Amino acid sequence: MTTTVAATTIKARQRPGDRVFSTATVVSGSLILAVLAAVALFLLVESLPAFVAEADAFSGETNNFMEYVGPLVFGTVWAAILALLMAVPVAIGIALFISHFAPRKLAQGLGYLIDLLAAVPSVVFGLWGITVLAPLVRPFYVTLTEWFGWFPLFEGPVSGTGRTILTVAVVLAVMILPIITAICREIFLQTPLLHEEAALALGATRWEMISMAVLPFGRPGIISASMLGLGRALGETMAVAMVLSPSAEVIFQLLTAENPTTIAANIALNFPEAHGVGVNILLATGLILFLVTLVVNMIARVIINSRKAFSGAN
Amino acid sequence: MNFKRFGRPAAIAFVAVIALSSCAANEGDTASTGDGAESTLTGTLNAGGASSQGAAQEAWAAAFQIANPDVTINYDPSGSGAGREAFIAGGSGFAGSDSYLSEEELAGEFGACAPDTLAVDLPVYISPIAVIFNVEGVDELNLDADTLASIFNGTITNWNDAAIVALNPDATLPDLAIAAVHRSDDSGTTENFTDYLAQASTTWGEEASDTFPFGGEGAQGTSGVVSAVTNGVGTIGYADASQVNDLSTVALKVGDEFVAYTPEAAAEVVAGSPLVEGRAADDLALDLNRQTTNPEEYPLVLVSYAIVCNEYADAEQGELVNAYVTYMASEAGQAVAEESAGIAPLSAELSENVASILATVK
Repeated sequence: MTTTVAATTIKARQRPGDRVFSTATVVSGSLILAVLAAVALFLLVESLPAFVAEADAFSGETNNFMEYVGPLVFGTVWAAILALLMAVPVAIGIALFISHFAPRKLAQGLGYLIDLLAAVPSVVFGLWGITVLAPLVRPFYVTLTEWFGWFPLFEGPVSGTGRTILTVAVVLAVMILPIITAICREIFLQTPLLHEEAALALGATRWEMISMAVLPFGRPGIISASMLGLGRALGETMAVAMVLSPSAEVIFQLLTAENPTTIAANIALNFPEAHGVGVNILLATGLILFLVTLVVNMIARVIINSRKAFSGAN
Repeated sequence: MNFKRFGRPAAIAFVAVIALSSCAANEGDTASTGDGAESTLTGTLNAGGASSQGAAQEAWAAAFQIANPDVTINYDPSGSGAGREAFIAGGSGFAGSDSYLSEEELAGEFGACAPDTLAVDLPVYISPIAVIFNVEGVDELNLDADTLASIFNGTITNWNDAAIVALNPDATLPDLAIAAVHRSDDSGTTENFTDYLAQASTTWGEEASDTFPFGGEGAQGTSGVVSAVTNGVGTIGYADASQVNDLSTVALKVGDEFVAYTPEAAAEVVAGSPLVEGRAADDLALDLNRQTTNPEEYPLVLVSYAIVCNEYADAEQGELVNAYVTYMASEAGQAVAEESAGIAPLSAELSENVASILATVK
């Protein structure tokens, strides 16, 4: 309805600075697309031999690429979901504490501390996982199987070293906590003050105010924060490779010595000694990981878009 | 905070650390190797292969470069397979490999070698593999190959299993689940361990492979296995003997006795092993005698080879490889690697054999 306005756009004279700047932004913008396309193309070309590889190129009882990559995809998603299940509630709690409960000075300090956690390299988390966490949680796992062993997830026998998928999920949860917390905190802080005050004025307690005003407003933010966390958990390599006791099967038990491994960790473990078509197979699993993260992000996009209408954001 | 006040000294300290720590290895104190005369060797030698040789190659390269200041040695511990591939393609001067060249590889061309000449395998690195365990109240453990194989393939699952008790009448073995830890990455250590079990036991049921064929606990790298065994409960694993620290190790049954690993016993089994049949006379590929019954010998060893050309297309490269590999196999070189990487030095006879073959490499 405003076509007439568009027609009379005023054109300013282009100064050299303008041109340089706009060119720079265009180049940067297309560069990232080009890099992404190059990576995808590289993965695609390199993985072609893997899809047609003979059965003897795969170790063990695997006969083709799909059989090989299936358990890995399961392990990747499984570990990431477990980590997310643990990290998201805690992250929301921390974020709410910082944004709505803690005294301002404490909140600031805590915020810095959480951000600091994000700067710890994953190798350090891996070392912590094998030397501290795994021996620490093992007795707890033993009790868990004794009491809840009838539930398939907690079936024994417990791993002798505690380096199970649950331990990995705890490590991953700690690793993705900072990014989820940081985003949730920012979102919660942006809740319109009017909403909060209106809720309180209607007689809501602080918890009711949070559940009525803050959380609905922040829901898309929480989801996108979780998806960012999920992305990191899906791609995490070093910590998983170091902590997990892997096997190439689909296993739901959380506490046994044999655990489904992740794509990234599997590449890290096997790449150094891989040669010939083995390299292609590993690169092809990389392509699958690329696709998995893409799909996960697309699903997140869809969820965020469909939920937008119900939040307080509009 | 005043950033300038702290930033400047910090920056100076940082630069100083970088500047001081970047002194090269070949400016070191003594030129302990070489024959005293000024070295005339120059050039760069690029090689790659077995990661098991990594620590030893670092020590060898450092010592060799001190003796020959104009030489640069680069060893890329990219894995045996990758090392052989690069060598065959002509991308490296020699390859370090945990397994010798296959018939198939020998039938092909070698990129770095003079046309129509072959490459040979020379054993330069022997390392005993220790079976380590961590069971409370047990300091010494005797196992035979059958029992060890059953533990690692998951047939025996408890420490008080009759088979283990029978071999260890004096030990008090607890009622505790066994957690057998293997390497989760492909490795020459696994290949030699499974080769030993496949040859010496009747219960293993698989062939030798560098991927561990059964389930159980996996851990990344030698350090990962050692750490998993150390921190776990009722654990047993296998690792390069030089890395086992204070862990208790298993004595293996050889003949009628139980033999703990020692460098001497490891070198002994290699010295007592025949060459692989049907290969060129100057190819020292060893058919390791895993089924030995001589209690002087410890059969669970890893032998790693240097794969070199008989004749290099580039004579200068040949001279360089010859000098370096000769140094690796020499008494001095083996002593350096024993100190830094815990290898078992080659026996005098084998060392001489390697030297005499290298004398013809050009």
